[in-house]
Parts: sequence; C-alpha cells; structure tokens
Amino acid sequence: MGGAEGGSADRRSGGLVHRSADPANRRTAEPALRVVGTAQRKVDAVAKVTGQTLFADDLFLPRMLYGKLLRSTQPHARILCIDTSKAAALEGVKAIVTGQDLPIPFGILPVSQDEHALCPERVRYIGDPVAAVAAVSEETATQAVELIEVEYEPLTSITSVQQAVATPEPRIHDYGPHGNLHKLINLEFGDVERALAESDYVREDLLFYEGSTHLPMEQHAAVADWSADGKLTLWSATQTPHYVHRALTKVLELPASRIRVIACPNGGGFGGKSDVFNHEIAVAKLAMETGRPVKITLTRDEVFYCHRGRHPTLMWVRTGVTKDGAIKGMHFRSLLDGGGYGSYGVASAYYTGALQTVTYNVERYKFQGARVFTNKAPCGPKRGHGTPQPRYALEIHLDKIAEDLGKDPAELRLKHLVSPDSITANYLRVGSVGLETCIRKVTEGAGWKEKYGKLPYGRGVGLACSSYISGAGLPIYWNAMPQSGVQLKLDRGGGVTVFCGSTEIGQGSDSILAYIVSEVLGVGVEDVHVVTGDTHLTPVDLGSYSSRVTLMTGNAALQAAERAREILARNVAAKLEVPMARLAFADGRVFDTEGPHNGMSFAAAVQLSEAAEGTVGTVGSYTPPDSPGRYRGAGVGPSPAYSYTAAIAEVAVDAASGIVVVPKIWIAHDVGQCINPVAVMGQVEGSVYMGLGEALMEEMAYRPNRNVIQKMPSMLEYKSPTTLEMCDVVTYLIEDPDPNGPFGAKEVGQGPLLPVAPAIANAVYDAVGVRIDEVPITPEKVLKALKKKEKGEEPRYGPHSFPEIPWPEPIRVPPPWEGGDGRAVPAGGAAGGEGGAETGHPAISPAPTAPSVPSPSSPERQH
Amino acid sequence: MLRLPPFTYLQPKSVRQALRMKTDAGANGMYVAGGTDLYPNMKRRHQEPKVVISLAGIRALGRITGGTRGSELSVGAGVTLTELHTHPRVRNGYSALARAAELVSTPVLRNMGTFGGNICLDTRCNYYNQTYEWRKAIDFCMKKDGEICWVAPSSPRCWAVNSSDTAPVTVALGAEFVLVGPDEERLVPAARFFRDDGINYLTKHPHEVLTEVRLPPLDHWDATYWKLRRRGSFDFPVLGVAVWIKWDGGLVADARIVLGAVASYPKEVPEAAQLIIGSELEDDVIEAAAAAAYKPSKPMDNTDFGLAWRKEMTRNYVRGTLQELRTRRKD
Repeated sequence: MGGAEGGSADRRSGGLVHRSADPANRRTAEPALRVVGTAQRKVDAVAKVTGQTLFADDLFLPRMLYGKLLRSTQPHARILCIDTSKAAALEGVKAIVTGQDLPIPFGILPVSQDEHALCPERVRYIGDPVAAVAAVSEETATQAVELIEVEYEPLTSITSVQQAVATPEPRIHDYGPHGNLHKLINLEFGDVERALAESDYVREDLLFYEGSTHLPMEQHAAVADWSADGKLTLWSATQTPHYVHRALTKVLELPASRIRVIACPNGGGFGGKSDVFNHEIAVAKLAMETGRPVKITLTRDEVFYCHRGRHPTLMWVRTGVTKDGAIKGMHFRSLLDGGGYGSYGVASAYYTGALQTVTYNVERYKFQGARVFTNKAPCGPKRGHGTPQPRYALEIHLDKIAEDLGKDPAELRLKHLVSPDSITANYLRVGSVGLETCIRKVTEGAGWKEKYGKLPYGRGVGLACSSYISGAGLPIYWNAMPQSGVQLKLDRGGGVTVFCGSTEIGQGSDSILAYIVSEVLGVGVEDVHVVTGDTHLTPVDLGSYSSRVTLMTGNAALQAAERAREILARNVAAKLEVPMARLAFADGRVFDTEGPHNGMSFAAAVQLSEAAEGTVGTVGSYTPPDSPGRYRGAGVGPSPAYSYTAAIAEVAVDAASGIVVVPKIWIAHDVGQCINPVAVMGQVEGSVYMGLGEALMEEMAYRPNRNVIQKMPSMLEYKSPTTLEMCDVVTYLIEDPDPNGPFGAKEVGQGPLLPVAPAIANAVYDAVGVRIDEVPITPEKVLKALKKKEKGEEPRYGPHSFPEIPWPEPIRVPPPWEGGDGRAVPAGGAAGGEGGAETGHPAISPAPTAPSVPSPSSPERQH
Repeated sequence: MLRLPPFTYLQPKSVRQALRMKTDAGANGMYVAGGTDLYPNMKRRHQEPKVVISLAGIRALGRITGGTRGSELSVGAGVTLTELHTHPRVRNGYSALARAAELVSTPVLRNMGTFGGNICLDTRCNYYNQTYEWRKAIDFCMKKDGEICWVAPSSPRCWAVNSSDTAPVTVALGAEFVLVGPDEERLVPAARFFRDDGINYLTKHPHEVLTEVRLPPLDHWDATYWKLRRRGSFDFPVLGVAVWIKWDGGLVADARIVLGAVASYPKEVPEAAQLIIGSELEDDVIEAAAAAAYKPSKPMDNTDFGLAWRKEMTRNYVRGTLQELRTRRKD
C-alpha cells in the first residue's frame, strides 16, 4: 500500500499548494491510481476557453420568440387589475400571460409551495413577476411589457426582521407558525442550562451576518419549445434540472414523461440557480401558447431580483466552557431575514444551527432558529448554505473565549476537536476528520506563533476553522430512491459514454465522471464522453447543490464502471485463460498483470464482451447512508462525509481610515482525496475569493424608507472584489480519505468559504484591538469601533439585541452519551413536541401522500 | 437594464460640421465622444437623444501640443484617458492630471473614454444611476422623469454628485476650456465651467463643443490628486482631493484645494488654501487646513459609503495630499 498513490509527494509545482495524505487509509486495494489524484484538464475546458460552449442564451431556434417579464414596482401590494390590452395590440406581440394563466403554486421545498410563476393577486417584493410577454424581438417584448397597466393596492411593507417579528399583520404569506414568522425551530440536545451553570466560564455574544448575492457572470436564461405532438423541452441555466422538471409537471399539469429539461452549462451558479424560477415556467407557458420556441434571458437587475442569496442572519450565542476551553454547553439562536418567499429557507434556517457540533466537541447543544418573511427579494442557498453565518459567529465567539481564558486560539481548538468516526450531540455521524492537520498546516505556514499577538499595531493574524457537508443526506422531497444515478455505455470502438443527471456549473462535475470512469476502466479521459443534465437522456441526479456531486455522482459512476469492468474482465479472462483477479485495465488495454503482453485493447475487450453477452451497458447509483438522528429536524445536517478547513488571514488595518486590506490567506482544506488537485485548488481559491467579498464589502442592501427597493442592483454598484482586490492564497490540500467518498473524496466547493470571514474579523482584532461582530467589515465600522475604543467604550461594532421570539416547546433529544437513541423524548407531558418527532423524515418535506413511496414511519431505505 | 433605444448616429469630420448637425437636430441631438458615459446612461433612459453626433472622428480634437519651455499645454478634448495618462509631457509636468486620468474606471474604458468626456461626465446619484424600472419603482427623481430629490426630499434642487476625477484637477491647476459654438468660441476658466446644480451641472451650452483644455505652463508649481473609492481596481470616487501649490523658495506662494465627489461641482475650498499660503506646510498648518477643508465638505447619500465617513476622510486626504507635496518640495 505504501506506493498506493506513487507516494504522497506533491506532484504540482508552484510551492503554493501542499498536499498531505495518509496512504495507509486508501480505500481501494488497486495497485496505483493513474488518473484520480493527478492534475487533469477539465473535459469542458477547451470549449469554454474557445467560446464553443453553448450557454442557454446562446441558443437560437427557428421561429424563436423573445419573452420578457413585467415585474412589480411595489414591495407589497394587492393586484387589483392588470390591463394587457394595449400590449396585446402592439405589432409583433404573440402572447401575454398573467397569474390567472398559471394558478398552481410551486416552490423548491415541499413545505414551501408559496410561489407562482406570475403573481395572481399579490406581489411581495419589488421585482416579483406579474406578467409575461412573447414577441418577435426583445425590443418589442420590452415595449409591450411597458404597455401593461397594473393597478396595485399597496399594503404595509415589512422591511426588517425586527419589524417582521413585531408585526403579525399584514401577513406576507398565510402559512407558518404565526404572523410573519415563516419557521421556528427549537432543538435541545441535553440540558444546556445546567451545562452552562456547571461551566467554569460562560460567554455570550451577538453577531450579524449581512446578506449577499451570488453574482454569477452568466445571467439566468431559458428557452422553451413546444412540439407539435405536445411535448415540452426546456433548456435552462439551472443547477437542478430534476426539480425544474417536477415543478413544470406540477404547474403546467403535463405528464412528466412529456417534459424534457436540459440543463445548459452554467456560467456560474453558486446556489443562485438552484431554485425553480418564474421565468422558467413562464417561458414554457409562452411556448405552449404560441406554438413557437421562446427565450427569456434575464437582465442583470432581474438576476438581483431573483436573488435567493445569503440570508441576513442575526445570531446570539452563549457558551459554557471549562478552564481549558472544553465546551460543556452551547445555546445558539439565529434569526434569518427570508425575504418574500420560502425558497430553501426552512433548510437554510436549520443549517444555521446544524454544523456547530462537527468541528469541536460540544457536550450539550441547544439551537433555536427563526426565519421570517419580509418584502425583499427571497433569500435561499448561497455557497455554504446557511453555515457561513453561524460559522462567523462561532469562530469569533471562540476567539473571544480563548482570549478570556488566556489561551492561544489555535491551541484551544486543537484540544477539543471532534473525533473521527463519532456521533455528535445532534446525531451527525462524522467520518474522517482532517482538521488537526489543517490547523497545524496553516499555523506552521503562516508563522502563527511568531505573529499572533506580536505584529506591530495595524497588522494582525486571525484563525478560523469550519466544516461542511459532502452532500445533504436527504433529498429535498421525500423518496426512497437513489440521489444519483449513472448509466454507462461501452462502444465497440473503445469509447465510453457516461450518462448522469448532474449539472456542470463550472465546478467540474462533468470532469469528475470522466476521471472516475477512466480510472476504473483504464481508458484515457479523452475516450470518455459525458452526457449530463438532460431528463430525457440521463438518470436522475438531484442537482449541483449541497456539495453533493463529487461524492454522490462519483460513487454512482464508480459502481457503474466497476460493473462494466466486471463484464469485460469476465470475458477477457475466459479468452486469455487467466483468473479475472489477475487482469489489469490501463493505457487502453486489458492485460494479465503477470504477463502484460498477454492482453488486448480495451476496444477488443468490449467487442469480445458484446459478442458474448450483447450490448455492454451498466448502471450505478448512490444513496447516502441513514443518519442516526430520528427527531423532527434531523433531516438537515446529516451527510455521508464532512470536509474540514482551517484558515489564517493576515490583515493590515489603517487606523486613520478603518480600511482593512488582506494581503494573504493561508488555507488548509481536508478534501478526503483529490480527484483532480488542480480543480480542488480552484475551488479553494474561489471560495476564498467569495469569502473575501462577504467579509469586506458585499451587501445586499435595501432602502426601507424608499419602498424597500434594492439599493444597488448593478454589477458596478453592488461592491464585490475583482481579481485586483484578491489576496494571495497559500493552499494546503489535506487528504484524510473518508470511507463514504469515491476513492475517499469529500467536498471542496463550499467549505473553504466558511472560515474566511471570521479569520479576517479575528485578524482585525489582533491588528487594532476592535471586534467587528458583523460583516461586511467596512472601514466605517472599523473606524467607529476604533473611536469607541479611544473613548474607553466597548471596542466593538455589532448588533446589540436579539428580538423576543415566541419559540415553540423544544424538541428534546438526549445526546448519545446521555443514553439518547436519536429520538426525541416527550416533553413534560406534551408528547412529541412539534409532532412527527419519531419519523426521522426531513422537516423540509411533509409526510408523503403518494402511494409509491414508503411510509414515513419506516425511514430505513434500500441501498 | 434595457438595451439601447434606436437613434441616428452621425459622424462629422470637423467641429464645424458637428455644430451644424447639432443645430439641425436641436434638443434631440447630443454629442458623444468615447460613449462610456452616454451609452450606459441611454440604456437607463437618462438621456434619450434621437440623434447622436460622434466627435470621435474629428482628428483636431485628439492632439496634445505645447507644454515645453514655459508654454501652456494644450490637450484636445478627444484625447483618450489612456493617451492622457501615458503621454510623456503630461506624466512629467502634469503628473496630478496623469494620476487622475489613470484612476478613472478600467483600462478598457480609459481606452474609449476621453478627457473631454470625463470633464463633462454626467453627475451621478444612487437614485439616478439605476435602471428605468428601478427608478419607476420609486417614482423617479427630479433629475429625470420625476419631481423629488430622494437624497434630500425637502430640497428644491438636485444633489447629484460630480464624479469626475480629472475635473477637480483642472480646477486646481487653473486650466481653461475652449468652447466652440455655432457663432463664437470662448475661453472659460475651469472653475467657472461647473455649476452647483445636479441637473444643470455645466455652464456649457448644449450646442457647444468642448474642444480643448489649456493647462498653465510649468512654473514652480506642484500638484497632486488623491482618490478615495471602494475598490482599487475600478470605481467612481467617493472623495477626490486635488491640490495645487505655487512655491516661492520654501514658502507656499499660492494654493488651491479642490474637493471632488462631495458636491455637484468640483468644490474649491479657499478657506483651507488661505491657511497654507505663506507657510512651509508645517504640521500644524496642514492640520488646520485639513480641518478647514473638512467643514465645508458635505457629502450626500448619492454615492458609495456613508456620509459621515466620507466627510471624515476629507480631513485625512487633505492632510495626505499636503504632506505629499511638502515631501516632494524637500526632496
């Protein structure tokens, strides 16, 4: 095994990337990995750099019309009347549809079916679509939209979380626990109050994480075609074609078998193309109305209105520790500004409380989360989905605790890391944990011991750690089927085609399939053809979200490829008269390891097998393992594997202006096993970049006193760093393989974002001694905190209060070490808390009603 | 953002021809040079000319002459910002202007955008530089299509902000602008070219063409420009400070301090300049001047960052610019 990977030597140069691996933990007994773990070109790279890639907006079909949406100019209003007559009379206008034409609601989560393609009677934020037009040109469609007259009756707008909590009427939606509260969560794992009372030291902090948007380069676009025989095809810039497929079926009342959704390559997604969007349904309806293809490409400001970005989140945390920093109990509260619709919000709210326990041991844990509706663009999943906010809070909170206890923040963390192969207080099963190596790498690389607390005034370093899921353990809608499927077709010519429903958003998901198949079958990466994201051609994969793709499609591809290998090996072994186990697949050949000349080309092996057994094709699929959590709410947080990250930021703070510059970040990420280290490094650096923007400047700001309009829906004025603002990054790739990952691989697309903002905040404190307990860390906030420090006041900028929330009775689940079995215990007479506590089905999905899925009381599932 | 509306595009070869075309087009006509300001504005329906007269093809506007041996430097208004900041005579003798030009937007836009265009840059505002649909949702503002100034709703005037980087420098240097109209040519001092009004922000008549900027001869003076913005890569200024000093031996013989991006025009602060005249720019003098410039600096909610911080930074930037000039004098 020692040579399992040709040693763990760094095969990439440059000095900025360092890899640490423990070859003894390799999952497979293969003699050597030829493709996995090596730098490979992405399979779509040449097409992208040469401009050949067709994005959704690049599609032009014969007789195609152009669609436009009319969007609300009111933040909250009743629609009294829509007059489309003038628009309909305009030459070149072919169809106009309004909410009356699409009355069936939809939403990404089964529990939040609160959206309409076009608002039938109420608008809930500026930008909410109310009508759609198809016309012969984009200009005509734009003109027509202008001619539609909408009469609104304005309603009181809810502009903030505080107002939402305090203002039950008018309700933005008529569901949710109360008034404008969309979701309330109260989970308690052990008696936290007692734990706090028994702690040596208790600290309480309030923090705020501002909302931000994804800012993908490509605006959303969709093209719909309605064929003469009544079949609908939708090409769309989407991360989740399967969910779009389901929503179209529901809203358009068409059989799923007559709808084909094709996910075009995405020019960036970051979570912003994970929902089902109004324009995707409207464009389909317009195609059906006109019998002609129709395209809608959103303008940049419309992309801002679609949003679904980071939830602005107010957080309160109270933690009790022993003298050496062991966490006895933690009580965490979050309050999320959801905007006008549900989106993924229920899951987002759960995520703000789910992963606090997977980095450091937390003996007892209590989480109370609330999401409210406001009259702003809906929030949803943005890279890190619901976890960068609590991670910001937690890592700053711990930095303060370390200081209060007189401990080095790195040492404090190292002492209390979660153990590998353990179960957390909230019943998350953790596999491999490379966090210790991560912390050691960045502290050594950054010179932490020489710098922390020792740099001259104005310079500082800060450390933060994090963990993220490698795919959500449960699907968005309740079902017992695999989360990912792959089909493999082997061609007589030696080519292999992989079919998978996964969606390329630039992260390299197409390439992962090719690398893994190439690895197993011994053919060149260039001999593998990848067909993805097409509901007619490819088996379902749930989509590019929750960092699930490498692990889940990778495992499905691995299974399909191993099955194909088995078929070929069987036939080749018979032909060569050697045992199957002695065959190797490499360099496009199948041969006897004890006499490599004794073999045949891969193509010949396929031909041999096809002659003997018929067409050679296999399938593979992946279903995540069950989670030990059995309480209501246990559905959010479980994952087959958790990635780990540690980051150190160095900052320079100009005390005269408050301007913070980040010259360098050292970041170590435990990815389990690199499938393609260059792509992994790209994801790490991309995450640092996005985290830097959130830390320093990005702000999804509104003007509450000006009709709750978005302050800056433009790429110039929504401030996000450019490449020139990017810091130097030293990346350490840590490989602590997880038994659940393909070849041990875990996620990398989102996790490395999480520690960036808190590391910067902690570094600012080290530099000038002020705490900025809210992002973005703008010069104005730093300067205000510095002035407070001068005056002898608390040297801090951040929130001061957390509103009173009518929390429901907690769901009480004793942690594993207190005799818990993952189920809720009846609370003082009131059994079952919120109800359904014993089912273990995801809280985001209501109990299934369709007869084809198993009963929620039997959460066990097939593999 | 909407696409460009339809318009007629004319390409005169001379200023005279351009003037005729403008006369013919009347109020429906507008000049364009690099287009980096006008075209995005047209997409937002800020300006809606039916006839766009391009000055880009007029060679005479693209020349840089003089500037040697005590003569003034004449810069054609059609010189691009890239040409301006890379021109050896501008870089060497008029480094404050070169610096300001180099700090405008991005290389790509500087390759198109012109000196004249940057001087005539439309005033900007958070409530104005928005798409048509956005402006409609707040019922527009008085600068275009509406009645109210959202920056100061009780104000009778528009508070859009002058966001040019080169304009404050031209005022500080005491430049003169050549304006050519159908009937006359006139020479206007830079300080009198701008008006304290967000809507009618130039004294230039719409039919006049700004053809040339005349910069004073090199003569024992020094100047600098500092720009504050969110991102070093590109952004409009949230504060600009241009300072010009005439040295007499070790003493400041004359001075001008001009603030950009805090008013609808490049705002000269003579009360600050007065304090340094006759001094050697000692620390306390600089501090006093910075405080004097801080007082009249009244940023509004019309661009990035908060008002209080931008005002506060006036002090830092005036201090910084004066220290830079003092250092250079001592070298």
